[in-house]
Amino acid sequence: MKSELRIVSPNGHLGFAPTKEESFAIAAATRPDYYCCDSGSDDIGPAALGSDRSVSMYDWQRHDLELMLLAAREQGVPMLVGSAGDCGTDSRVDMFVQIIRDLAAEHRLPPFKLAYFYSEVGTGDLRDRMEREVVFEGLDGRADLDPATLDRTTRAVAVAGVHPFLEALRAGADVIIGGRSSDCAVFAAPAIHEGFPPEHAYYLGKVLECASFCAEPYGAKESVIGTVTHEDVKVTAMAPHQRCTVASVAGHAMYERSNPYYEHFAGGMLDMSECRYEQYDERTTRVTGQRYVPSGDGVRVKIEGSGRLGAKYIGIAGIRDPYTIANIDTVLDLVRGEVAAQFAEVPYHLNFRVFGKNGVMGDLEPVTEIRSHELCVVVEGVAETAELAESVALLGTRQIFYARLPEVKGTAGTASFVVDEVLPASSAFEWTIHHTVPVADPMELFTLRTVEIDGTAR
Amino acid sequence: MPTTTTLADLAKTIRSKNAGTDRITFDVIFPTREVYERVRHGGVLTRETVAALFRVEDERIVDFVNFDPAFAIKFTLSRTTPSGGLGEGDIFGCQQYPPLLDIEVPAESAR
Repeated sequence: MKSELRIVSPNGHLGFAPTKEESFAIAAATRPDYYCCDSGSDDIGPAALGSDRSVSMYDWQRHDLELMLLAAREQGVPMLVGSAGDCGTDSRVDMFVQIIRDLAAEHRLPPFKLAYFYSEVGTGDLRDRMEREVVFEGLDGRADLDPATLDRTTRAVAVAGVHPFLEALRAGADVIIGGRSSDCAVFAAPAIHEGFPPEHAYYLGKVLECASFCAEPYGAKESVIGTVTHEDVKVTAMAPHQRCTVASVAGHAMYERSNPYYEHFAGGMLDMSECRYEQYDERTTRVTGQRYVPSGDGVRVKIEGSGRLGAKYIGIAGIRDPYTIANIDTVLDLVRGEVAAQFAEVPYHLNFRVFGKNGVMGDLEPVTEIRSHELCVVVEGVAETAELAESVALLGTRQIFYARLPEVKGTAGTASFVVDEVLPASSAFEWTIHHTVPVADPMELFTLRTVEIDGTAR
Repeated sequence: MPTTTTLADLAKTIRSKNAGTDRITFDVIFPTREVYERVRHGGVLTRETVAALFRVEDERIVDFVNFDPAFAIKFTLSRTTPSGGLGEGDIFGCQQYPPLLDIEVPAESAR
């Protein structure tokens, strides 16, 4: 049994912005045991999942996969990627698999075994489970899933824990492309596969999932290396200007988490409340004291679902008149009234974000007094069809132009336009499912495939 | 000597970010235990002051943690609509922290 395992994490979100090559090369030169990277998130909002697309540039995704693949194949060690293509739908897995095939052919790579798994789960399957009285428990205070919300769901993915990765590793996979996966599973799986304790395996995943976000000074897309032993986890910055310090690593435990002490995943929970952090060497922090708590009631898998709300258009209106600025809420109420009168018969959504007032923070904005001499109103029109969405957004924008208060001196127009039109946006979606579902078999929502790739065969 | 200073002067990091689709979490990280303890015991960054600052009901503060290993104070707010939904304009939740910058922290001796 190995006494330690070293995993490179080159990027906190593969392809979201290109991996920095210098620190990756430094990491690769140390000849790690695995190359692992997460490529997705629910951070990016519901539109990517709902519309089955990536939010990253194809070239950046290919760039990052190429760096990892060439280093891993040259050194004969496995490479794991989770949440392919940002949202981890089946089409994103297929796209990443095709990129791997293309890269293998382009670089004439000798034969290797590629495993990939799908995470998408049909709404019909979810409906069947619901009808069998399976309870979809809401996360983060959400109510349990009801049939109406499921009906509004366009597309859903199950979030894999370590299980599909472990199956692929047991099958001898050299390269694994995962559908939607929990970030830390991508790193925890190889450590568990190699016989390391789950508490250290999952902590390793937790600390590596965002790559250099656990190092300081701040700098994204730089490689870090996590080392797991039977006693501890160590994490080392690879970029010459970065270090993993007690503060940066402990600080990272909080990142994007409601509570810094607990991390949940399929099959259990990582308890970090007794973690001890110490500076191991100049660039390395050592962590001990983490605990793994298996879930007592079997495995629950998280489901993410996105539902289409409609087509969306965006209008942009600039306002400079001081009286209009001072009375912007009145102006927008007038506009709402005009649009409501025009579209009395059809459902639509009209929303204004007033940058210069509370455009960023909305109701959380404590500054109530407008301190700007100009405002930008972003008008959002959402409706079932593109034509109707365009019409709502355009009328909402034009009526700002016409909504003159009696006291305003200018009578030619109340808004400046950057473009005399409204701009098509991606369809509007909402997160409909953020729930967990119990499964009898941790693999039942995932489909694993393996295939031999031979870049020299063509 | 001024008797007060701001959180922006004292903290190493003040940030907000999504914690899942329905929550935004805020991290205030201090450079030293001394500064962390000073703010923690200063009474200016608590569940109550946060609720008042952002004008939210206490129920929307789903976590409030003093996180000793990182010299950090962390709290999490629930969103009224999930990230990216209708009317929610900060998809990543990463620009909700600035009101924290100006919180005034009394000097040690002024407590």
